[in-house]
Amino acid sequence: MARSITYREAINEALAQEMERDERVIVMGEDNAGGEGAPGEQDAWGGVLGVTKGLYGRFPGRVLDTPISESAFIGAAIGAATGGLRPVAELMFIDFMGVCFDQIFNQAAKFRYMFGGKAVTPVVVRTMWGAGLRAAAQHSQSLLSVFTHVPGLKVVAPSNAYDAKGLMIQAIRDDDPVIFAEHKMLYDTSADVPEESYTIPFGEANVVREGGDVTIVAIGRMVHTAMEAADELAGSGVQAEVIDPRTTSPLDTDTILESVENTGRLVIVDESNPRCSLATDIAATVAQDAFGSLRAPIQMVTGPHTPVPFSDALEDLYIPDATKIAGAVKTAVDWKA
Amino acid sequence: MTDDRIQRVTMPKWGLSMKTGKIVDWLVSEGDTIAKGDDIVDIETDKIAGTLESPAEGPLRRIVAEPGAELPVGAVLAVVAPTDVPDAEIDAVVEEAKAAVASGSLEAPDEPEPQLVEVGGRTISYLSLGPEDAADPVVLVHGYGGDKNSWLFVQQPLAEEGHRAIALDLPGHGASGKDVGDGSLATLADSVAGFLDALGIGRAHLVGHSLGGAVVAKVARDAPGKVASLTLIAPAGFTPEVDAEYLRGFAAASSRRELKPLVGRLFADESLVTRQLVDDLLRYKRLDGVDKALTAVLGTLLDGDRQALDTRALLEGVDVPRTIVWGTSDRIVPVPEGVELTRVEAGHMPHMEAASEVLAAIKAHL
Repeated sequence: MARSITYREAINEALAQEMERDERVIVMGEDNAGGEGAPGEQDAWGGVLGVTKGLYGRFPGRVLDTPISESAFIGAAIGAATGGLRPVAELMFIDFMGVCFDQIFNQAAKFRYMFGGKAVTPVVVRTMWGAGLRAAAQHSQSLLSVFTHVPGLKVVAPSNAYDAKGLMIQAIRDDDPVIFAEHKMLYDTSADVPEESYTIPFGEANVVREGGDVTIVAIGRMVHTAMEAADELAGSGVQAEVIDPRTTSPLDTDTILESVENTGRLVIVDESNPRCSLATDIAATVAQDAFGSLRAPIQMVTGPHTPVPFSDALEDLYIPDATKIAGAVKTAVDWKA
Repeated sequence: MTDDRIQRVTMPKWGLSMKTGKIVDWLVSEGDTIAKGDDIVDIETDKIAGTLESPAEGPLRRIVAEPGAELPVGAVLAVVAPTDVPDAEIDAVVEEAKAAVASGSLEAPDEPEPQLVEVGGRTISYLSLGPEDAADPVVLVHGYGGDKNSWLFVQQPLAEEGHRAIALDLPGHGASGKDVGDGSLATLADSVAGFLDALGIGRAHLVGHSLGGAVVAKVARDAPGKVASLTLIAPAGFTPEVDAEYLRGFAAASSRRELKPLVGRLFADESLVTRQLVDDLLRYKRLDGVDKALTAVLGTLLDGDRQALDTRALLEGVDVPRTIVWGTSDRIVPVPEGVELTRVEAGHMPHMEAASEVLAAIKAHL
């Protein structure tokens, strides 16, 4: 039976169900257990935004608090994965990747390849991404493209609670290192989520809305903003197809290309910085493989090439909104060659 | 005081989850005289597109809901009344209808909820509509890979007419437990018979679609005393021929791109396959255990490229009144020769594409 739960609860439920099913699954990170051994309420935190809350009590010894040393505990998780466990490590903010990136891109991502396919590294790195929390330039970035660039990593960015649960279970059962990017502004959004365990395969985009006039590819929180724009546009007779890739590596290029072959127009919405980004990557793929179908230049709606501002007013301007998306769609639809 | 000859055509409720419907197109115009059962308006829900058959008869005085409008269940779509009812009275009904939509008072708060029952160590999910004390309930059994929601056009109308209509999920399907054991016809039929016992139902009218048709036939064979009538809709096991590629493809499909063209084969009119319908099927297929269940039941359905079941032989000598309904454009199991049956214009899903004929066939036994 499905019932409505939040994105946060969906991830927590996925972790709990997999920990129940497979004793090799462990959880580790800063404040994941919540100050075990310290005075006060045990399991108070469950991670900085409470995603792992309740797990410590249910799975004693399998939820580990770590020191504030990402290179140490991400490295430990990767090592544990090569040794037979299936760790889920929390890198609190994606912005902290720099501290531990060698462990991820030069170690975890390379083992299967360099050991002739004989090694597996079933580690999940959960991490929070995205702007909107008034958390300033060092806690608000959208660095998915950096991970997506690296062969050997899988990169997941759920946009809703249903996808979050199914993709998390898939990530835990996957034998490769997975970067599981949780958008911090989606934790309190709800969707119908089955109580039972289920998996969503990687590399399968979700067609969130069907339409024949323009294809909008949006990632993470931007899926919701794109849907807002699509509803607005429908009022003026423009039917947008909205595609949520769900995983950026692997990327379901077939679904995107098929849609563009049908609509002839593409708008890509990604809140990250515009250079060398998911938006440019998808644009290049479509320009190369579906050039003949395009009836207008590909439009990209992204944040600007600046850090995310701390000022509320500027941060709001930084993040793409429905008006900007609708404007880009109109540019594409009104294009005269 | 409004004239009681004024009839309101309202937004139907097609299935448990339907809250609103969108008017696609009217097939009749103001001034037309319509009869009960006439196709009058195409309506789209987030699950499926369908055509509303008129519950009213007489001159269509006013169309209240314009194409494109998204309206809650129960909203007045049109007004039917004899020509001697003055326009002013019709106007008053229209105003009242618009006010009801605007006030939001139509959003129904109480939804009947599916329930769970243990049958032989398996959990069966079911939805019961209509009065619980009604005699001999109608029990609806879906086909391979389907679930109780596939009866959306049939179950609610039966309940509205005072019958108890129960749709269940077979083991391995819908919200029921995913353990199907050996996946055999006997296992599935025992689950249905056990379900009747568990609910204290001594006798029921059994309706089965496709695989469900073979299942209820087996129940009738094993326990004819429990079965008041059989209505078999495109039942499995009447011909050796079957679209084996569809069945195997359905079992194996894990993405929308694989599944959508297959699901299209179920319908005569492929435009009935909405994004949501395919999405719901994928959501089911992704659940742990479904893969195994579908594979096990596939072995019950197929022997090579042919049907492994022989429902026709199963029914020989079974003394239970029965009706067989088949869609003339069925691409999954072809219409059999030499069998008395009701042909309807539909594909493999007559209960969705020709619901009123299926309803009539069921009601003929009640």
